Amino acid sequence: MRISLFVACYNDTLFPETGVAVTRVLERLGHTVEFPLAQTCCGQMHYNTGYHREAVPLVRRFVEMFRDAEVVCVPSASCVAMMREHYLMMAEAENDSAFLADVKSLLPRVFEFSELLANRLQTEDVGATFAHSVTYHPSCHSLRMLHVGDAPVRLLRQVRGLTLLELPKKEQCCGFGGTFAVKNADVSVAMLAEKQGCVVETGAEVVTALDNSCLMQIYGGLHRAGSAVRTMHIAEILASEGAAL
Amino acid sequence: MSVRVGKTDRAAAFPVAAKTALKNDQLRANVRRATDTIRGKRALRVEEMPDWQQLRDTASAIKAHTLRHLDEYLVEFEKNCELAGGKVHWARDADEANAIAIGLIRQYSEGNSHVEVIKVKTMTSDEVQMNVALEAAGITPIETDLADMIVQMGHDEPSHIVVPALHRNRFEVRDLFRETMHRPELTAEPEDLTGAARAYLRERFLKVKIGVSGANFAIAETGGVCVVESEGNGRMCLTMPDVLISLIGVEKVIPRFEDLEVFLQLLPRSATGERMNPYNSLWCGVHAGDGPKAFHVILLDNGRTKLLHDEMERETLECIRCGACLNACPVYRETGGHAYGSIYSGPIGAILSPQLQSLEHSRSLPYASTLCGACYEVCPVKINIPEILIHLRGRVVREDQATLGGKLAVENLAMQGAAAAFQSQRRYEAAQRLAQAGQMLFRKGDQLENLPGMAGGWTKYRDLKAIPKQSFRDWWKSRSKGASA
Ligand code: SF4
Repeated sequence: MRISLFVACYNDTLFPETGVAVTRVLERLGHTVEFPLAQTCCGQMHYNTGYHREAVPLVRRFVEMFRDAEVVCVPSASCVAMMREHYLMMAEAENDSAFLADVKSLLPRVFEFSELLANRLQTEDVGATFAHSVTYHPSCHSLRMLHVGDAPVRLLRQVRGLTLLELPKKEQCCGFGGTFAVKNADVSVAMLAEKQGCVVETGAEVVTALDNSCLMQIYGGLHRAGSAVRTMHIAEILASEGAAL
Repeated sequence: MSVRVGKTDRAAAFPVAAKTALKNDQLRANVRRATDTIRGKRALRVEEMPDWQQLRDTASAIKAHTLRHLDEYLVEFEKNCELAGGKVHWARDADEANAIAIGLIRQYSEGNSHVEVIKVKTMTSDEVQMNVALEAAGITPIETDLADMIVQMGHDEPSHIVVPALHRNRFEVRDLFRETMHRPELTAEPEDLTGAARAYLRERFLKVKIGVSGANFAIAETGGVCVVESEGNGRMCLTMPDVLISLIGVEKVIPRFEDLEVFLQLLPRSATGERMNPYNSLWCGVHAGDGPKAFHVILLDNGRTKLLHDEMERETLECIRCGACLNACPVYRETGGHAYGSIYSGPIGAILSPQLQSLEHSRSLPYASTLCGACYEVCPVKINIPEILIHLRGRVVREDQATLGGKLAVENLAMQGAAAAFQSQRRYEAAQRLAQAGQMLFRKGDQLENLPGMAGGWTKYRDLKAIPKQSFRDWWKSRSKGASA
């Protein structure tokens, strides 16, 4: 399949290894990956912070860029949530029938990475080897907006050598929340402390998720506390062929 | 018109108030323990309902329909209530509601210099700060709901919309009772504490002639009113006095008696994890020889009807005040209710308070959420709270941008800059390079430290990896170059 990749601005800039891993996994499975270089941002940060006007051109840009894609793969649940929850409403408010038609036709072709693999491509064994203990944090957007369910867990279960450990209170938010993490830094860190404690309690070597944003928050707390637990996007685990941590 | 929601207009911004709350370990431990318990019970009671999602849909549809025809149902309620012997008064705002209540209390207590009223189950009266107004008029209000009584005795504010004293544990309550009731022998055993409260309240129930209540539902079809509770104090307060005054927000009306069936299943399970409330009181007008001799309803607007015009804002009025969203909220879990600066706390408070009174008094509340969606998931009437929070954030931003100061604010400039950069590949890549180069000032090994401005809120408490030299797009470009070479 011809798969167009939207890596999201923060992955592109801060977590390039995630995009590399996604590319490796998809190519290993025999798909053709495309990365339109003119892509930038889905508009989530602006929209969620209240800059609604400013987000519209970003949505238009995304739609133009991927209008003709066969499927779009996005290794970020929160960006996909932005698209599914708000793009249609925003397009309706624009009074532009061509734009609205494009949004309607594109949305069903956009998938979060684990959804794409486990549900759309029906592939659970991606040929990965990762001999470490891992705990999975279901990010709020993947859980409550995308309803990805056990797709990521099914993928992780097929990884050779991997021990999956259950995260206590897994459905509780990590406290990131985009600009919440800086606007309400004190509360954000208090929420993080609980999540961090749960991660450490599992005894896992690695904590993974579908969103680097949550992982950036969890890393921030773990690393500050001097913990040896690593954070890794799920794509990096699925891309692994057994190399040491 | 002066709309106020408790003391919100004088409240500190959420991040500031939250900081104070976060330092109170006892409070946080109490809140966590209580919300964990209620959440667990709720989950059990919801699980045993095969038609829970259907019930939610039905409730949401009833509420949405009622709000679209609110004027008609309110008039129908007024007509039927008065046919049954009640009297309906309309209050536009807090001051009017308090004036009507004080007028009625004076009318029925003529000649008495020292007037007491017993009160129960009325958050709406906290909204209009009725106790303050009554005291100023020389009337002593006595809260009879156990939790409200604890809050009143401690000169405290409610911190939860269903369990107002949730932030207090029983040892704190024992100390409070020992002092106020002059009973130094009291222990912290629940039986001892409830026994003391019972004795204290009985005296008042038997003596006081005027009661003030709230309502969970007002039924248009019958002109009747409904209160659900778990102590029985409510029933005493509704039936013992000669005069009953019920203060009811206009959004509490439901069309038919039959609709109660839906809400009486959803509310107790969502609120306290009970299958049914131990006490469900329904009353309608006056009856000779039974219950109060006079019954008055004050229908309160206080900013509610202005929410009717906007589809998304209107959804806020569907709330049945079950508190499930508070118990599910990870932000409320850390701070408790006082940080919200309003009697309506947690997720519902974060959307209701800024809408009822003008946004300027509570502009930090729409940002007091990570948009994690836990509130929406549990709400029995399916109010999409995250969506409404985002909608309100949009209003905050637009109001800001209409002023010069707002236009020049760091956040706005940063957002405008980012939006402009995201609209062009060239500018975006330039910004990316700038960030990669600019971070050198803050780099310590492979970490960033002491970032300036808003980002400082991050690095003060959390580590942050430095921005890698090669972005994903750089990797992609070099790879395709390699492939074509
Ligand atoms: S918003 Fe929903 S969950 Fe929250 S108090 Fe109201 S009805 Fe209950």
